[in-house]
Amino acid sequence: METPLVRELPADRAPTAPRARVVSLIGPATVALGLVWAILQPDRLTILHPRGQGLWWLVFEPPLFVVLVGAAFALVVAKPLLADLEARDAAAR
Amino acid sequence: MQPHAEMVHWGFAAAILFVGLCLLCEAVVGQEVWRMSAWRRYLWPGLAFAIGLLLWPVMAFFTNSSIHMYAHGSWAEVLMLAGGAELGLVHGRLKSRWWRLTWPLAFAVTGLAFIVHEQNPWFFARSAFLHHLLGWTFLLGGLVPLLLVWRPRSAVLQACMALTIVAISAMLFADRDVAPVFGHLSPVAGPPHR
Repeated sequence: METPLVRELPADRAPTAPRARVVSLIGPATVALGLVWAILQPDRLTILHPRGQGLWWLVFEPPLFVVLVGAAFALVVAKPLLADLEARDAAAR
Repeated sequence: MQPHAEMVHWGFAAAILFVGLCLLCEAVVGQEVWRMSAWRRYLWPGLAFAIGLLLWPVMAFFTNSSIHMYAHGSWAEVLMLAGGAELGLVHGRLKSRWWRLTWPLAFAVTGLAFIVHEQNPWFFARSAFLHHLLGWTFLLGGLVPLLLVWRPRSAVLQACMALTIVAISAMLFADRDVAPVFGHLSPVAGPPHR
């Protein structure tokens, strides 16, 4: 009996896969960097000790900005870009 | 009721980081795929233009001295020029590749403005150090967009451009109004705050 699983990808798909992987990793890597920064320098997060702080100190939280940029990038840019990359790849096959 | 100068730097750092990530993605997938969606084509040039536009209120509200006003005003102008030229190029309204010279111009003007408007030496405080570092990064990094005028499809140059922008964003995030740099803080810089 022959298994239906594809064991090897066609050769023309190979160049797209690493690019897709890089694109899909940029957003999460940025989010991870922001989280690591928040852990290493918790004093940069006013939200952790908000008592007595002014409005601007509560709005501007640099590590959270990095996390938000990474998340926004992953959802708004990387996700549709991966779909386009996949579509172009499918059209080329 | 105005935010501190360092907070304005962080806000711009976030926007610049987003632009840097977009440029990095474009370098990875190539211009053909990046421009498959119409909105994506205009994304980072539009953001660059918007950042230039937002530098005008910075010029108006954060004028510590005339030199600060000239510095912020010149950044606003060159960034709007470069972002606008890029918008025209991706739209197809502008054809000449020489419009891309607006980017090295923007880098050179920004670098010079950073260095000229920082009156203190490198190790005066962290902000002084970062202003000098940003200035030289812009001046030397300006070579990358200059080379891109002749090699616009070079993935290596595009990636270098993206990483330069990301590095600039990291430096802006590291900026503090009064904080030591490598243990150095001038006694006349004032007391460091949180």
